Amino acid sequence: MASVAQAHDPTRPAQGGVLAEGLGKRYGELWALRDVDLYIPSGSVLGLLGHNGAGKTTAIRILTTLAAPSAGRASVAGLDVVRDAARVRERIGLAGQYATVDGLLTARVNLEMVGSLYHLPRARARARADELLELLGLADAAERLVRTFSGGMRRRLDLAASLVGEPPVLFLDEPTTGLDPQGRNDLWALLRRLVDDGTTLVLTTQYLEEADRLADTITVLDRGRIVANGPPAELKARVGGERIEITLTSSEGLDGAADALQAFADGQAIVDAEQPLVTVPVRAGTRLVEVVHALDTAGVDAVDVHRREATLDDVFLTLTGTQPPPAPEPQEVSAT
Amino acid sequence: MSAQASATAAPSVAVRLRWGLSDSLVLARRNLAHVRQIPEKLLDVTVQPLMFVLLFAYVFSGAIHVPGGGYRQYLLGGILVQTLTFGIVGPATSIATDLTEGIVDRFRSLPMSRSAFLLGHLISDLAASMLALAIMTASGLIVGWRIHSDIPHAIAGFALLALFAFTMLWLGMLLGLLARTPDAVTGVAFIVIFPLTFIANTFVPAGGLPAGLRQVAEWNPISALAAAVRTLFGNPTALPAHAPWPLLHPALSALAWCALVLAIVVPLTIRRYRVRTAG
Repeated sequence: MASVAQAHDPTRPAQGGVLAEGLGKRYGELWALRDVDLYIPSGSVLGLLGHNGAGKTTAIRILTTLAAPSAGRASVAGLDVVRDAARVRERIGLAGQYATVDGLLTARVNLEMVGSLYHLPRARARARADELLELLGLADAAERLVRTFSGGMRRRLDLAASLVGEPPVLFLDEPTTGLDPQGRNDLWALLRRLVDDGTTLVLTTQYLEEADRLADTITVLDRGRIVANGPPAELKARVGGERIEITLTSSEGLDGAADALQAFADGQAIVDAEQPLVTVPVRAGTRLVEVVHALDTAGVDAVDVHRREATLDDVFLTLTGTQPPPAPEPQEVSAT
Repeated sequence: MSAQASATAAPSVAVRLRWGLSDSLVLARRNLAHVRQIPEKLLDVTVQPLMFVLLFAYVFSGAIHVPGGGYRQYLLGGILVQTLTFGIVGPATSIATDLTEGIVDRFRSLPMSRSAFLLGHLISDLAASMLALAIMTASGLIVGWRIHSDIPHAIAGFALLALFAFTMLWLGMLLGLLARTPDAVTGVAFIVIFPLTFIANTFVPAGGLPAGLRQVAEWNPISALAAAVRTLFGNPTALPAHAPWPLLHPALSALAWCALVLAIVVPLTIRRYRVRTAG
């Protein structure tokens, strides 16, 4: 499938943004990432959507100079990630999939250390640490050892560490993993603010909803390759926003249920005889009462009817017509 | 000045060198701050050497006869070298720990000097080794050990010990970079260090060892180091009449051993560090 839909002017380097052309990373015989083109204009948000092993983390590691590409090239803030790696690091912030803070130091000392390594003057590093502890709601825990922190607090501190250098380009690898709903909403609000202030943001996620909430462009990765790329509205138009799921008592009623749902459908019904379960993408505004009524009229013996948001699995089913691969080892890709 | 505003051109060589040094010191300070949280880390370089000096001085001094000045005069050179050999364990475990946690990725995504990670460990662990050296010297003096040579020789003796400590720390860093887990480090280190420091003239003169073992002890670099330190401090060396060349020229061979190990280990360590941290 063609990769980048968005046109851009190749003569103008992405000043604050990110540009990748034909990016690939091979581990032995396996391509963890292949033929990836990205264009993220300065001040916009890219959501990299995919399952474990889709190549999201590999892409982030190449763009943040932690891994060298095996093919293609990439630039961040107008600087090549291989040739100008040192200067790229001055302009980026990274919060990886696992919190990379020092458990044997206090939260404040962690941030001051990062500030020193950005070569901020000592007073500035201290002031910046205070600002960020306040911003991320860690001011009360500033003097505590990080190893006593909860997972969510660690992630917030990690995010704070990525913001110390006021980076124009910020990379976040699954930033809301391990956060409770409140923490997730707070994080989304904070990221919105950073983007409004001009930060370019690249984030990875396994949740369509999260990509939809934050990203200007969503790139869907599957086994190292781009399978879809475009604004969230476009992706949702292709995939359909909502699903209705009907669970039946036996697999005999499956076809009848699928027929009854045709009136509301916005796409192909998917039948799972094992469960037995029918999933149909439905038009916005479909009323559940009407669905239940239609099923009843058709004599379908449903034990459960519910409506839900489209998930990443639905995206894969719609875009590739196949079930997503079972989650392999992180950062690697199944050979099939 | 924010990092955002500062970086428009590549910094000059002088600025990069200054940053390299300050980055290394920042990381050394981080390692030393860990000691405050895990004071047990300091036991290796404080209580353990003190205990060794006291144990050997009181338990063995009656049983082992050393010609030319008594066992305690003989003991210190050996125990100093042995303790500094154990310096391998410090950088090996802390580097292996850093590598298993994500912290190295954090460092690598920052605009800090690439060499600062290793140099930071080297600086903080060298400080620990020097503390151990000071404690052992003091405890030696307490149990009656003395330097019988002149000041230049005494300085040369301490300089040689510092060089040896430095060499062992590089070996430790390499071990830490090769190890899969921090726990593996301790096991491997002890399996190597114990025979290496005991099949030597560290605690008993090699002349009394059975044939075979004696040859190993006489050619053991640890023996050359201990003999060199004893010679430079004017302590008895208790060398047998037909000692091999390295023991007859201990200072020279000790220097040569350190130079040889560094010449091999430093490039290997740097290469291994690049490999371990390459994505």
